[in-house]
Amino acid sequence: MKPQSDHSRLTTLPEAIAELVTDGSHLSIGGFTINRNPMAAVYEIIRQQKRELHLYAHSNGQGIDELVGAGCVRRLEIAYAGTGRFAPTCVRFRQAVESGELQVEDYSNYQMTLRFLAGAMGVPFLPTRSGLGTDILTKWGFSRKERQQDDRLPEHKLATIDNPFGDWGGAGKLILVPAINPDVTIIHVQEADRFGNARIAGLTFADIEQAKAARNLIITCERLVDDDFLRREPERNQISFLHTDAVVVLPWGAYPTACYGVYDYDPDYLHRYRETARNEKAYQSYLQEKIITPEDHFAFLARQDKARLQRLVADPETGYARGLDRKTQEMTP
Amino acid sequence: MNSDRKTPEAPAGYTLKEMMAIAAAREIRDGEIVFCGTGISMLAAMAAKNISAPHSTIFFETGAIDSLLEEVPLAVADPRVMYGTALNGGLAEAFATMQNQFTGKKVIGILGAAQIDPYGNLNSTAIGDYHRPQTRFSGSGGACDVASFVNRTIIFMQHEKRKFVEQLDYFTSPGWIDGPGGRERLGLPPGGPEAVITNLGIMRFDEQSKKMYLAACYPGISPEEIQEQTGFKLDPTRAIVCPPPTATELEILRRRCDPQRLILG
Repeated sequence: MKPQSDHSRLTTLPEAIAELVTDGSHLSIGGFTINRNPMAAVYEIIRQQKRELHLYAHSNGQGIDELVGAGCVRRLEIAYAGTGRFAPTCVRFRQAVESGELQVEDYSNYQMTLRFLAGAMGVPFLPTRSGLGTDILTKWGFSRKERQQDDRLPEHKLATIDNPFGDWGGAGKLILVPAINPDVTIIHVQEADRFGNARIAGLTFADIEQAKAARNLIITCERLVDDDFLRREPERNQISFLHTDAVVVLPWGAYPTACYGVYDYDPDYLHRYRETARNEKAYQSYLQEKIITPEDHFAFLARQDKARLQRLVADPETGYARGLDRKTQEMTP
Repeated sequence: MNSDRKTPEAPAGYTLKEMMAIAAAREIRDGEIVFCGTGISMLAAMAAKNISAPHSTIFFETGAIDSLLEEVPLAVADPRVMYGTALNGGLAEAFATMQNQFTGKKVIGILGAAQIDPYGNLNSTAIGDYHRPQTRFSGSGGACDVASFVNRTIIFMQHEKRKFVEQLDYFTSPGWIDGPGGRERLGLPPGGPEAVITNLGIMRFDEQSKKMYLAACYPGISPEEIQEQTGFKLDPTRAIVCPPPTATELEILRRRCDPQRLILG
């Protein structure tokens, strides 16, 4: 179905997640720390109680921590698990790794980006000079045996080679990073049409590479635009219908993370989340009452304080909520 | 610090965090491309641009080049880094800018870590066994990439014995490895850490041995106190007293860079 330009891929979030994310799926989500995480989709995955997910992330932050906290994730390949000043190390991630519940394998942000790019390009690996001599190269999160048992994982974590072109390019040695081809990637964008063409405003992070590396792509969007809208300035689009399997219209779909030009991140939510995440009982009731009980994204949104959401609406010039009170006494130095 | 500038009396009241931000800002040269992380490193870059390095460019691993920063970002993906930039790209371009032989040489990276060794190698991943760590941290993020690629890095640290260690628990980001020629042997690009800025003073790396030494103590802090908080021997013979923040530096840091004191506290 993918290649047809005139086929509507519009669906609902519960249907898209039920159909494309299964227990054991290899999943990647877009965004970075506290920006444009596909949070509505993350919460729907939690609601549908998906288990044993294998997650690929560079610095995807809030979405990763909530999936880990809800027990959806078995293995995680990651570069950075933090949400900037809100949680320099994500709380549920940290607990899950320290208790041995979560298997984690570390890379750098550039290595993960190149791995998605390799997957999108259809090559088995790409070279970089980043990480030579470090433990990122030598310490594996998953054993050779585990790798052999899942044909979606390469046999080695990383490899080094001597430059086959001699000292061409001024580099004698290089690290090769293996391609990632997730079963599903989910990204949240500002604008999409029903066919699956999409336009991202602001930084794209590694969303484009993640989207194109995936077997299946779910795009959630703030705004569904008319059929010919994106074709009027196609040079501003990043993803075409060729890659897309499902389009879901979800205003505030990145909340409580930011969506540039539309709304800011919610500092209150993110601070309270960090504190809640530190207390097992409080966290379980957060999961149950705030995430699982509302039947869908719209019911979740209806429970949020309207005045607070209003304060997050982006100023059209800067793309964020100017003068938003982001201070808290809890903030760590 | 600019030696040609008349230094007004330093105001008596300033915090160590302000001292750190100013000390780092003084390391940034005019015309450099400044790679920033979150927190105090953003403030240092903003302070430098407003004080001594007006032609420096602030850039973020998320792909934002020359952000205006009218408000302090709380993460490198904060929408505040995206406003008024020369270009909003993505990670692939940002890291390529640092690996690129032309632009990479102009980059100064500002990093932080949980542990540092005498050669400026960093751990920001885990304490204890990697598979079952005593304490797990965020991981490399872009730190390993920056430390691998760029010409100069400066490193922010809290000065504690358990953080300044002979041997890292996990080797996340390369500094001078094991001394002269260490990086070349591994195939890493040249360059490396230049200064370590802590809440007590400033450390640098010996030209010959590439080992960390004590370069400056903040006013009122002795070399002995710093040695006490360091898990390896620091040569104190070259240590000077770091000039305190000037009234101008403080004024710009407080009024222009972080008026809400989101980072300065």
